Amino acid sequence: MTERCSVALVVTCLADLFRPETGFAAVKLLELAGCDVTVPAQTCCGQPAYNAGDRKDAIALARQLIASCEPYDYVVVPSGSCAGMLRVHYPGLFPDDAAWRTRAEGLAARTHELFSFLVNVRGLTAVHAKCSANALYHDSCSSLREMGVTSEPRQLLKSVDGLTVHDFDEKEVCCGFGGFFSVKYPEISARMADDKIANAKARGADTVLAGDLGCLLHLAGRAARQGARIHFRHAAEVLADVMAPPIGEEPV
Amino acid sequence: MSTDAVNFPQAAKAALHNPRLQLSLAHLKDGFQLKRAAAIAASPAPFEQLREQGRAIRASALSRLPDLLLQFESQVIAAGGQVHWAADAASARDIITQILKSQNAHTVTKGKSMVTEEIELNDHLGANGITPVETDLGEYIIQLRHERPSHIVAPAFHLQRSDVESSFRREHTWLAPGRALDNRPGLVAEARAVLRKRFEAADAGITGANFLVAETGSAIIVTNEGNGDLTRLLPRVHIVVAGIEKIVPRLSDASILLRLLTRSATGQDITSYVSIMTGPKRPQDADGPQQFHVVLLDNGRSALLDSPAAEVLQCIRCGACLNHCPVYGTVGGHAYGATYPGPLGAALDPGLDGLEKTYHLPNASSFCGRCDSVCPVKIPLTRIMRYWRNQAFEKGIPSSSLSYGLKIWAAAARSPALYGLGARLAGALLRWRAGASPRLRSSPILPGWFTVRDLAKPAKQSFQAQWRRQRRRT
Repeated sequence: MTERCSVALVVTCLADLFRPETGFAAVKLLELAGCDVTVPAQTCCGQPAYNAGDRKDAIALARQLIASCEPYDYVVVPSGSCAGMLRVHYPGLFPDDAAWRTRAEGLAARTHELFSFLVNVRGLTAVHAKCSANALYHDSCSSLREMGVTSEPRQLLKSVDGLTVHDFDEKEVCCGFGGFFSVKYPEISARMADDKIANAKARGADTVLAGDLGCLLHLAGRAARQGARIHFRHAAEVLADVMAPPIGEEPV
Repeated sequence: MSTDAVNFPQAAKAALHNPRLQLSLAHLKDGFQLKRAAAIAASPAPFEQLREQGRAIRASALSRLPDLLLQFESQVIAAGGQVHWAADAASARDIITQILKSQNAHTVTKGKSMVTEEIELNDHLGANGITPVETDLGEYIIQLRHERPSHIVAPAFHLQRSDVESSFRREHTWLAPGRALDNRPGLVAEARAVLRKRFEAADAGITGANFLVAETGSAIIVTNEGNGDLTRLLPRVHIVVAGIEKIVPRLSDASILLRLLTRSATGQDITSYVSIMTGPKRPQDADGPQQFHVVLLDNGRSALLDSPAAEVLQCIRCGACLNHCPVYGTVGGHAYGATYPGPLGAALDPGLDGLEKTYHLPNASSFCGRCDSVCPVKIPLTRIMRYWRNQAFEKGIPSSSLSYGLKIWAAAARSPALYGLGARLAGALLRWRAGASPRLRSSPILPGWFTVRDLAKPAKQSFQAQWRRQRRRT
């Protein structure tokens, strides 16, 4: 095993408010991979402001997170979308501010999406977990295209007892979440979700796993509204054997 | 162009509930995506390498646009043609009408051209007593139906074959009721019969240009139906209308871009026809026009070139970003209500039509980035859409409750303590509203979310609160 390292967990505002289980699962996996995990003071990475065109607020929130994550070897995020914000977009927020740009680039270089960190940086190849489900794995667009994460979650999920995982038929197609897009253009967003849900049904899947809570809350919410019987979980929870009720469902 | 883009949300909703349109859109995959993928897989040159070459050619051409345009102009003149500079749509329309009137032209055949849609040429010609006849089959069909193109490569993509049949029966009143038109060859034969007569009667032909070549003064068009050549060769006068950004330095540059264009657009290694058009008919030529005019249109492009959205001018109009866009794929091209739909339009239309009218277009994207990944000349489309969102936010268009909410949220998020408190209050409120249910079905916060879906109710205690409590215990 690689040497111990310090990790700042950026838990994401969605996990913080809606799904603490995802955060605890990430902590468990990181500790399993020999990391000393800290949760520095944090609110949001600023992506909602950034995507809404509100650069000023995005910059303020970026500075806050850059400063609070600076003392750690790595910054790990259980979301390709928020990780992409830190790694791909933060440096561009400071085109005329050399000092902050350097700090942003430093953060970007140390930032990883959870699964890719576990596999590529910490050399984790398998977990000890059980989950009896026939699942499809959904790649968030940011994970896939911004962070280049594809094989890592699949490789880890393969080691889970009782779990079969396949890809959606069109795994490179967006589920329709897109942050405020889902609120501003709900009908288009819902149609994109419907395509995913229909594909999951057609493939006989009982569970959808993903690495981003944005996609999951959106898909689970749409499936529930339609009465579709599919469970939605963050893949980290399955890998960490944290078996809370699926997203938006009753405790058993 | 006059634009309906402000009505995008309503038009999109109507499109989602238009079953015939949805049938057409279902063919984006087999009609475009799979063909493109197969052509790229079979490309002799590695496609990623071609993309980088294409990007570099376009970027370099734009960086010295004024010089290249002047070189192009002198080469056109040397070949016996004329160049006209149009600052905006009205000026382009006037120049074209002037040329046609001076030549006493009554009937004008047209090759497929998005830039003539941009300047709304057909309506203007009609109002001046000149009959424009679209000769690309798709364009001919939508002209019969008084519609705009719904796709920049396949203008009638929104239609089913039966829609075309009924339009033909309505407009081609000579058709015998028993004449079979329920198949593609039947429709093509009927259109061809009509268009032949129009080609013979035309006084002038108008085409667009896929590329303008500075070193030779040539305009290049790619077609599959042969209508482009009949349009430019048969009449006395040929007018090319093109945006100033279409310029490339050399023929060899165009050759690289053609490889990218046809594979990205229709999945063809090359189109049936590639026409390189240089000047009017020379004595030794078998045929050709007596006059060759090129109308170079600015219409906002110079201003775009000086803006952070400049890279959108690299576009070679292949339509791959439309074909792979999940938003275009659910609502189709007409919903955008502007000349150029899809991701290209979201990046370009605000520069042409103004952000006040088009702000929806760069916002109606989930930023999935698939357009960026398929663009043959690597235009950062989502980055340009974000630039327009920044502009809209700064100018306060549109001032919606969402942006006020965003400002309040962002102000709170600048303080972890305040944010924690706000989140706890909002969470408690939403949990109270959900009652015993694990989900919320409605909420005064972000009502748009709840029009189509539920929301898992917030956790009793946030992750950070639970984490701090646990760490205190240990």
